[in-house]
Amino acid sequence: MIYLTRRATFSASHFYWNDSWTAEKNEHVFGRCSNRNGHGHNYTLEVTVAGEPDPVTGFVVDLKWLKDVMERKVLAAYDHRHLNLEVPEFAATKMIPTTENIAISAWKRLEPVVASAGGAQLSRVRVYETPEIFAEYRGGL
Amino acid sequence: MNASAGKTYFGRRYALSASHRLHTDALSDEENRAAFGKCNNPHGHGHNYVLEVLAGGAVNPETGMVIDMVALDAVVRTKVIERFDRRNLNLDPYFKNRVPTTENLTKAVFAMLDGSISPAELAQVRVEETENNFFEYSGD
Repeated sequence: MIYLTRRATFSASHFYWNDSWTAEKNEHVFGRCSNRNGHGHNYTLEVTVAGEPDPVTGFVVDLKWLKDVMERKVLAAYDHRHLNLEVPEFAATKMIPTTENIAISAWKRLEPVVASAGGAQLSRVRVYETPEIFAEYRGGL
Repeated sequence: MNASAGKTYFGRRYALSASHRLHTDALSDEENRAAFGKCNNPHGHGHNYVLEVLAGGAVNPETGMVIDMVALDAVVRTKVIERFDRRNLNLDPYFKNRVPTTENLTKAVFAMLDGSISPAELAQVRVEETENNFFEYSGD
């Protein structure tokens, strides 16, 4: 099994807030991230697919295809957007756009496309919020 | 609120500067030089290590988080950073009978943090010795 990773970047804004809590509790738990005016990050999205190299092309997947899938499924929705207000999975459910939840959501956006293409499987999605902070999701157990 | 069944991992990187000398009393001076090369220099040398801690668990539906980053920082700082940063690794009790290679440092850090980052579990420790080499340990 070979693991192939492609990286892309996107910039977005967010804030952390749980509507069922008081303002004081939100500020206590989330600190500066609870500022309702939001703040932003340059995120890095790392998508890893796993499979065997094709005997003809030597590719696990065509990297240009993977780039296109990442752009269509994730960057088109997240890049230069306010995650809480404009991205459906967060806006509709008030799910907090933590790095953890962004990694899970990106996985859900990518996994059906990779699976239906045949060949490789989605192995892991890693989202860096800063160079020092990242979250990773490897699908359901 | 999100309630995903799968495990999610939260990672955090920390900087750590320390010195070490790769040397074992089990070998002669000549054998040490052959095994460890310039890392056997009697006066030691140092690195800017990067420590990467990967915490795995369920995403808390109330906070959207696997672990409170501030709490994780406090554990890593008190258990690892304060112990090793700006120190000579060879003088730490853990390395009394172990060569302070980055392999052994990685295992030491794993042992120090394992079981201490509730509600998450320690999934992996990675230590980068330089930009071009790193070591990972997952406890198995």
